[in-house]
Amino acid sequence: MEGGEVILDVRDLRVWFPLRKSIVELVTFKPRRYVRAVDGVSFTVRRGEVFCLVGESGCGKTTTGKAILRLVEATGGSILFKPKREVLRELEASGVEVSDGYVDLLKVPRRKFKPLRRELQIIYQDPYGSLNPRFTIKRILEDPLIVHKIGDRREREEMVAKMLEAVKLTPASDFMERYPHQLSGGQRQRVAIARAFILNPSLVVADEPVSMLDVSIRAEILELLLDFRNKLGTSFIFITHDLAVARYICDRIAVMYLGKIVEMGDARRIIERPIHPYTKALVAAVPEPDPENRKRFRELRIKGEVPSAAAIPPGCRFHPRCVEFEEDYDRLKAKCPVEEPPLKRPLEAEEGRRVACWRYITW
Amino acid sequence: MPEEVLVVENLKTYYFTLKGVVKAVDGVSFKLRRGEVLGIAGESGSGKSTIAWSILGLVPPPGRIVSGRILVDGIEVTALSDAELRRKVRWKKVSMIFQGAMNALTPVYTVGRQIEEVLRIHAGMSGREARRRVYELLESVGLHKSIADRYPHELSGGQKQRVVIAMALALEPDIVIADEPTTALDVVVQAQILNLLKRLQREKGLSIILITHDLGVIAELADTVAVMYAGKIVEYGSSEDIYRNPKHPYTKALLRAIPRLRGPVDKLIYIPGQPPDLRNPPSGCRFHPRCPEAFERCRLREPPLFNLGNGHLSACWLNEGEAS
Ligand SMILES: Nc1ncnc2c1ncn2[C@@H]1O[C@H](COP(=O)(O)OP(=O)(O)O)[C@@H](O)[C@H]1O
Ligand SMILES: Nc1ncnc2c1ncn2[C@@H]1O[C@H](COP(=O)(O)OP(=O)(O)O)[C@@H](O)[C@H]1O
Ligand code: SF4
Ligand code: SF4
Ligand SMILES: [Mg+2]
Ligand SMILES: [Mg+2]
Repeated sequence: MEGGEVILDVRDLRVWFPLRKSIVELVTFKPRRYVRAVDGVSFTVRRGEVFCLVGESGCGKTTTGKAILRLVEATGGSILFKPKREVLRELEASGVEVSDGYVDLLKVPRRKFKPLRRELQIIYQDPYGSLNPRFTIKRILEDPLIVHKIGDRREREEMVAKMLEAVKLTPASDFMERYPHQLSGGQRQRVAIARAFILNPSLVVADEPVSMLDVSIRAEILELLLDFRNKLGTSFIFITHDLAVARYICDRIAVMYLGKIVEMGDARRIIERPIHPYTKALVAAVPEPDPENRKRFRELRIKGEVPSAAAIPPGCRFHPRCVEFEEDYDRLKAKCPVEEPPLKRPLEAEEGRRVACWRYITW
Repeated sequence: MPEEVLVVENLKTYYFTLKGVVKAVDGVSFKLRRGEVLGIAGESGSGKSTIAWSILGLVPPPGRIVSGRILVDGIEVTALSDAELRRKVRWKKVSMIFQGAMNALTPVYTVGRQIEEVLRIHAGMSGREARRRVYELLESVGLHKSIADRYPHELSGGQKQRVVIAMALALEPDIVIADEPTTALDVVVQAQILNLLKRLQREKGLSIILITHDLGVIAELADTVAVMYAGKIVEYGSSEDIYRNPKHPYTKALLRAIPRLRGPVDKLIYIPGQPPDLRNPPSGCRFHPRCPEAFERCRLREPPLFNLGNGHLSACWLNEGEAS
């Protein structure tokens, strides 16, 4: 799928959430402080590509996904997106600025965004919370069609039935009149997938779609997503904290740490040979079903836990947890705690690899 | 002191719901030796938590133990009243890290106070004594003692889980049951917590029952593994047997479903369908509707647990010939 055209081009995306000021801050006129959830992120996604955002909780993965769908307001940057031709025409007709087939999602006025909702969809982690419990499955799936005025009653019903079959909730008639609580977690996630795909979007953000499911059924859901990709050429932003899952489904990976991408490149090559110390720690932490593991402690070359995005460390934001900084302290002390490393291709790395670490890039 | 700190014999625990009887645990037997780590694996709804609640006498209504025996350190806990269980068994002999406990810490009290509470109520410690013990406990789980004065919302997920572990260790039990202790945590924190449990197990000679749907996590700790399906143990054996030489088609499928960091990636393997409704489980072998190797007899007759030697048990007709 690597040859596909770029359909999403995110540049220097920032999403900062203002923190409430304390009394002291108010009376001393201290500047407002922010949770820098996404703090200058750039990447591209090609048509039919599965692009992964990987990292621990609190690193800004969900916020990145939501900013693309305009579910949270971005603070800065641009998000160029190439919609399908008919959607593009509709946008142009309503006066949205189009350049070379792309629109900047952040510049589209809210009231003109509706045609883009068809193109951009999200699947949430929690199959329990993301479906309206008072709606039947049929209603849940029909709703987006009604909102976008697609088909008449009979056609819509047919589309819903087709979609249920596509996500293997069969026979469809058995599921139409049921409510979400009557389904298992895996079945609910299939409904969420059906809802995301019923409008045939060009880009789907899948936010940890399997992390709340039993290991035994995860692969089936992943396979379903890949089926859609193969049949419809849908592009994915797939969010996960599990590199083993990423390895099965992703073409490329971006590893996020505290609002920044610290390593990016071909999924399998990153997992085989991670370069950034944070990526190495993520790889080392994945449990493997090997009975020898119980006889030794797992070596974790990382300290502590992710700090709050309201207090991002200076310099390389990973440095308080970085073991390699300590090991190479004399060479790195003027850099790591002081200056943010740029995302660059290390000398000995393959084409397409980018790493933000003073230890591995030239300076 | 008996070598076996826990014996579960033919345990049946059912939920008597309005819609029928849920046979959540349906004839389960196992033993736990001193210092042993037993992993209980199986999908959601297979009865793992219900086993744990049965051991502590905490099965929620409308559930109850309908038959079988549970012996903790030789005491038949299934014959004790709730008051006796509280006095003699819970916290002191067996404690439990409940699924989701880290998010169930009381938000209005400091975590130090919450651990103190356990010590005062269950060990009758004075305030001073309890405070000192709180500091010891926090340090033993790798937390600074200043954490005692913090509220749960001020702590990270990993710190909260450490607090919950400290609480479980408060009265120095012989057995700790950890129910999905890392399921809500990120991989790095999960690995840190598993390392901690491993260290505590070695230092204190604890016996641990580790419950999780993830066989990858169980391999980090367990000496012995019981695989559950639909209320029954379908395979039981040493870690080596279960991971290197699995015999039951369900165990094999569970192992193949684990996404791996190494090895081939061309095919994703999963178990089709879903676990049965335990009000009305399938006839014969309960796994037959999902089993890739099922044959005629599987639908008709339930396989017993065949003994394959060295304590390796498997409840599959295909193993009948190897049984000793
Ligand atoms: N609506 C919000 N208001 C304030 N802070 C937020 C909001 N949403 C997310 N955050 C913060 O932004 C950071 C990134 O969160 P998130 O994008 O959810 O990370 P991830 O998905 O990687 O776990 C976290 O520190 C989180 O607490
Ligand atoms: N309080 C309850 N009332 C009725 N049924 C219950 C209750 N708790 C659990 N069950 C049922 O018992 C079975 C086993 O549940 P549980 O022991 O929680 O399994 P696991 O821990 O393996 O997910 C499931 O079918 C579940 O629906
Ligand atoms: S830049 Fe320095 S602190 Fe940051 S990851 Fe690299 S070595 Fe570690
Ligand atoms: S007894 Fe039959 S259905 Fe059951 S696990 Fe064995 S082969 Fe499969
Ligand atoms: Mg998230
Ligand atoms: Mg459970």
